[in-house]
Amino acid sequence: MDQADTSLLSQTPLDQWHRDAGAKMVPFAGYEMPIQYDSIVNEHQACRTKAALFDVSHMGRLRFDGDGSAELLDRLLTRRVVDLPVGGVRYGMVCNEAGGILDDVLVSHLKTPSDKYYHLLVVNASNRAKIVEWVKQHLDDFPTVTFSDRTELTAMIAVQGPLAMETCRKLFSFDPSRLKYYQATITDQFSKPVIVSRTGYTGEDGFELVVRAEEAARVWENVMLAGRDAGFAPAGLGARDTLRMEAAMPLYGHELDESTDPISAGLSFACNLDDRDFIGRDAIAKIKADGLKRRRIGLLPEGRRPAREGCAVISKDGKEVGVITSGGPSPTLGKPIAMAMVDIDVADQTEFEIDIRGKRSAATATKLPFYRRPKTVS
Amino acid sequence: MSRDKSTLLYAETHEWVDVSEDGGQKIATIGISDFAIEQLNDLVYMDLPEVGKSFDFGEEFGEVESVKAVSPLYCPVAGEIIEVHEGLPDNLDGLNDDPYDFGWIVKIKVSDDTGLSSLMDYAAYQKQCSESA
Repeated sequence: MDQADTSLLSQTPLDQWHRDAGAKMVPFAGYEMPIQYDSIVNEHQACRTKAALFDVSHMGRLRFDGDGSAELLDRLLTRRVVDLPVGGVRYGMVCNEAGGILDDVLVSHLKTPSDKYYHLLVVNASNRAKIVEWVKQHLDDFPTVTFSDRTELTAMIAVQGPLAMETCRKLFSFDPSRLKYYQATITDQFSKPVIVSRTGYTGEDGFELVVRAEEAARVWENVMLAGRDAGFAPAGLGARDTLRMEAAMPLYGHELDESTDPISAGLSFACNLDDRDFIGRDAIAKIKADGLKRRRIGLLPEGRRPAREGCAVISKDGKEVGVITSGGPSPTLGKPIAMAMVDIDVADQTEFEIDIRGKRSAATATKLPFYRRPKTVS
Repeated sequence: MSRDKSTLLYAETHEWVDVSEDGGQKIATIGISDFAIEQLNDLVYMDLPEVGKSFDFGEEFGEVESVKAVSPLYCPVAGEIIEVHEGLPDNLDGLNDDPYDFGWIVKIKVSDDTGLSSLMDYAAYQKQCSESA
């Protein structure tokens, strides 16, 4: 989208808060979003050492009510959904018939206080319209399912970092430490419903909260207030990207797209081929059986010059063997990191070069993720 | 010596230029403005040219990178590089803190005056910045 054409952009319910806080706003996936409030590095470090708050309201929230919801999602997702217990969250992908990734998503199975059960699918902002269309195309086979796009009616806030748990304990009418990683529940804060999931996109412990749009500013302020003395910081999309890169989490449009299958993307853990049929299953099984053509790897470029997305990866014998999908400086490691898709025959090699805008830099392959949070007892 | 940013010339692409005379030869000292540094935020890398290389007006002579993005440095005059601030890439905090004195980037022997006339004075540059902020 043209940067100047902001009239077509949506605002999240927290838009005014961001502006009042002096955030630098940028167009992103149809929304005006904060890229940073002050310094990306400071926001990154706040998340790694204390906690950071992210407005992720631009992400799509799609709700599936009624009998057959799990069966419909079972057909659309690479993960099995019918056996997802109430309170469970699963990461998976929506693929096309050819096994290409339409989106990577989180599905939750939730129970309302009035004992209604439903599934919530969180999709990437840039793919929301596409996934909504895709779901609608498959709804006819599941006439008892009610599908609704809840994105505009709700807001989503991520609280991520080592102090997130301690602070969220003060905020809700239940103890969030009862949630294990990848579990979710509906609770309340001052009598207003909040979906709390122990999930995130930073490599840290923390929560993602879904609230009604009109409650967003109040919930955000409450978290900020509760975490103020502990050093909580609001963080923008800039820090979100450096954090997820260090944690080697794929980003749609970078590591993932419709020409990439889940196995090549290094996400076979999120792809259950043997327990049922789903859209794309046969194609993915064939890719697996025939052998992969390329694979995602991690690279540490030498020196301080970051290798960015789109830079060519060169093998030791001088051939172009792949491309950087995400790259930049790692604030935690203090040096550049990069993820790349490379030809399968060189994917186990350790020495590469990267063509950074005409200049060659040496790079060493490394295991992913680049950063793993220290184990703590919780 | 302390450079007064209100007396410098500015390129649309945020480089500042300080022109001095040395034996009838114009020497341009070039850096980037505090506005540009604030916009870039979190500088992590700088790539500088070699002494002796010549650049045309508007030609890319180096790069500065922030956490988020790469920004080319454009030559605001035509001429030959006669000095490069070698210590700068290792001290980007210094550039951040003091873009007009410590943070000079290159010195260029001006070969063609025509580019200079297209540069802005401080007031015009401030106006550009306030419109793009």
